[in-house]
Amino acid sequence: MSQTANAHDPNKWGRDSEPNPDGPAPKRIVVSYGFWIFLLSDFILFACFFAAYAVLKDATAGGPSGKDLFELKLVEAETVLLLLSSFACGMAGIGTLARDMRWFQIAMAATGLLGAGFLALEAYEFLHLIGEGAGPGRSAFLSAFFALVGCHGLHVTLGLLWLTTMMAQAWSKGFREDILRRILCFSLFWHALDIIWVALFTMIYLMGVRG
Amino acid sequence: MSFTGKLGWDSIPFQEPLPLVSAAVIGAVLLGVFVWVWRRGHLPYLWKEWITSVDHKRIGVMYCLLAGVMLLRGFSDALLMRSQQAIAYGNGGYLPPDHYDQIFSAHGTIMIFFVAMPFMIGLMNFVVPLQLGVRDVAFPTLNSVSFWLTCSGALLINMSLVIGEFAKTGWLVYPPLSELRFSPGVGVDYYLWALQISGMGTLLSGVNLVTTILKMRAPGMGYSRMPMFTWTSLASNLLIVASFPVLTAVLAMLILDRYLGFHFFTPEAGGNQMMFVNLIWAWGHPEVYILILPAFGVFSEIISTFSSKPLFGYRSMVIATMVICILSFMVWLHHFFTMGAGADVNGFFGITTMIIAVPTGVKVFNWLFTMYGGRIRYTSMMLWSIGFIVTFVIGGMTGVMLAVPPADFVLHNSLFLVAHFHNVIIGGVLFGAFAGFTFWFPKMFGFTLDERWGKRAFWLWLSGFYLAFMPLYVLGLMGMTRRMQHYDVPGWHPWLIAAGLGALLILAGIGCQIMMLYVSIRTRKDRIDESGDPWDGRTLEWITTSPPPAFNFAVLPDVKGEEAYWGIKAKARENRRLSDRPDYEPIEMPRNSPTGIVSAFFATAMGFALIWHIWWLVILGFFGAWGTFIVFAWRDQAEYEIPVEEVERLDQARRRSKATLLDLPEEALS
Repeated sequence: MSQTANAHDPNKWGRDSEPNPDGPAPKRIVVSYGFWIFLLSDFILFACFFAAYAVLKDATAGGPSGKDLFELKLVEAETVLLLLSSFACGMAGIGTLARDMRWFQIAMAATGLLGAGFLALEAYEFLHLIGEGAGPGRSAFLSAFFALVGCHGLHVTLGLLWLTTMMAQAWSKGFREDILRRILCFSLFWHALDIIWVALFTMIYLMGVRG
Repeated sequence: MSFTGKLGWDSIPFQEPLPLVSAAVIGAVLLGVFVWVWRRGHLPYLWKEWITSVDHKRIGVMYCLLAGVMLLRGFSDALLMRSQQAIAYGNGGYLPPDHYDQIFSAHGTIMIFFVAMPFMIGLMNFVVPLQLGVRDVAFPTLNSVSFWLTCSGALLINMSLVIGEFAKTGWLVYPPLSELRFSPGVGVDYYLWALQISGMGTLLSGVNLVTTILKMRAPGMGYSRMPMFTWTSLASNLLIVASFPVLTAVLAMLILDRYLGFHFFTPEAGGNQMMFVNLIWAWGHPEVYILILPAFGVFSEIISTFSSKPLFGYRSMVIATMVICILSFMVWLHHFFTMGAGADVNGFFGITTMIIAVPTGVKVFNWLFTMYGGRIRYTSMMLWSIGFIVTFVIGGMTGVMLAVPPADFVLHNSLFLVAHFHNVIIGGVLFGAFAGFTFWFPKMFGFTLDERWGKRAFWLWLSGFYLAFMPLYVLGLMGMTRRMQHYDVPGWHPWLIAAGLGALLILAGIGCQIMMLYVSIRTRKDRIDESGDPWDGRTLEWITTSPPPAFNFAVLPDVKGEEAYWGIKAKARENRRLSDRPDYEPIEMPRNSPTGIVSAFFATAMGFALIWHIWWLVILGFFGAWGTFIVFAWRDQAEYEIPVEEVERLDQARRRSKATLLDLPEEALS
């Protein structure tokens, strides 16, 4: 009923027909919006490495191809760890909403440990390949592979550095407005790495083992 | 592995006097300026009000200053090249090939990344929040970080003058020449790390301005009411966000090749050099529109203001801008038709390239129709604008010629190409930067620039440009390729002497610009901009004082239509009074922070260490920068409050000056 009254209120109506009636958006919106723009640019960075991989996939220079090298078991374990880590990150988000510091810290620690586990498996895979003589210097295909997967791994590493800083910050400052905004950005970042991983898992490993 | 990596006494080019002497002169000038500032006691002021400032206006001014200083460096390189080619007919000239190759690589790199880019980003930083009617950009401290990272890149490039060498590969470091096998020195590494660091700054700046324009506008400032410069800035920054990651990626691949033995672009082990060329131009072509679109915006503002008319075809101008924004991603292959992609591919990219001329033509006609029937004031800014229209149309036409693949096979990498891109970059971007700088200078500093010296500078630049670059078109058609250290074709010699004389005219133009600054600063008391609106402006930056207070607007303007300030002015003239006296409130503004300069200091150290393989310093630099951000993140006071009395006092002074400007009675203020 009151809505109808508003719609017929000439002052209200005039105001609504003006564009951008409220002026600058609140800080929370501005920060997450800006971070999304940054993430989009990060996707473009990854897109370049994906494109390079697509171009160089068959440039094995007489060396091993993906079919010879990739072990799906290991990559499946990595995927499970990373997805669980994202789940834990979601739990940390719920902990933040509930303003429950212990819940938040435990969930963030789980996020970090699972992420570290993922990185450990990736490091194992890289070292194993290099040990077999299939390092990035072997062929353009392996260069593109190491760069693409390594770029994702580098993002996870930097994410871990951010995660520990975030935990310490929330611990010492509490759920302040600016801390909440940063937690939001961190979780956007962490989930974005999942999206990249799904594309990576599909394009490199699943399509790779089929040859 | 030694403590200083590859760095040793043999890295200093003692056998080459030219770079050492010029670096000594630069060093002496910098030291002199520093000592002067220090002795006069200005250091605390500089630190508090400028170096640690997060105010978009101050950062914008510093970007322009950086661009001006680097213009002198880049232009010195140009003079060296022009004089070398004017001399080196049938002899080796005075610059050995090894040095000459560094000069043309540095000239291109500096002019694009550290002159044109910072000049445009500086103007956008300064103007866009004012035109939107808001108090700052979305992320003020990040803005400062962006600026200082750009400085960091500029510093690294200049360090290569005395410590080691610069790339000898041309400004886009094509492999395989830029691979370790053919360029074993640190020159290419200087290029790579300087651009990675400054490119990060540019990307963050793009994110910042896109967010500002899309999310922070004054009440009533809808998209269809944004001033044209803000629109072109939006387009330009969208291009930055979409294309700079490509630059980062492709340079990262070359870094991996050079540092860790990867094979992205090597001739052996399956590397693909043309992938580099494709990727770098997937960034490089949008880049030229990143530069030219804001210049289009500057000219739109100036032509409309000094024709005393609204911009003709506002909506078509917006559409043309956004069409250029999209098309700029679909033409990159025209930079290398000779790759051999076949007639179909070349035909496609030739046609998309020609299509870009259509929205650009729309713009040219819009500017002409804006002037048509207007009451034109021929200020120096208007001269730059008209000079731009004529020059840019010529450059655009030679561009369309190059877009025809068979013609390009003849002209590829010839001086015709060099003439073409200088034609559009000098006649477009640089003229736009000079015009915009003169236009907004009173807003930056509170006094206008001297018009006599400004006009002299314009005529010298214009005639110098034509004398320097028209001969290059001829030389290109005569078959002279770019980047030649010497030649033995008698027919080329007179044209190259003419081009050299043109460069001297441009030098005189730069001299006039320095005189213009000197004279204007000396006579600033006579040229104070009391009203904040020296040109009878139309957009919101002219509603506030010159220079604006830290908070820009005491109360955010309520925008009622296109040309927001023009509407407010017209209403005040009609009613014989200003708008109602607003209710003032205290204003929260972001506090200054040294985060930008400190993190850039560590980034410079890290970049330098990476270039010279000083690994312990790389780690130190990284954690130094990280620590700087942690200190920033831990602060508890992000803002300071400007008390309501201060806001009221400043705004009342502003209202009095507006009443004087509009010739309104005293009671108009209440």
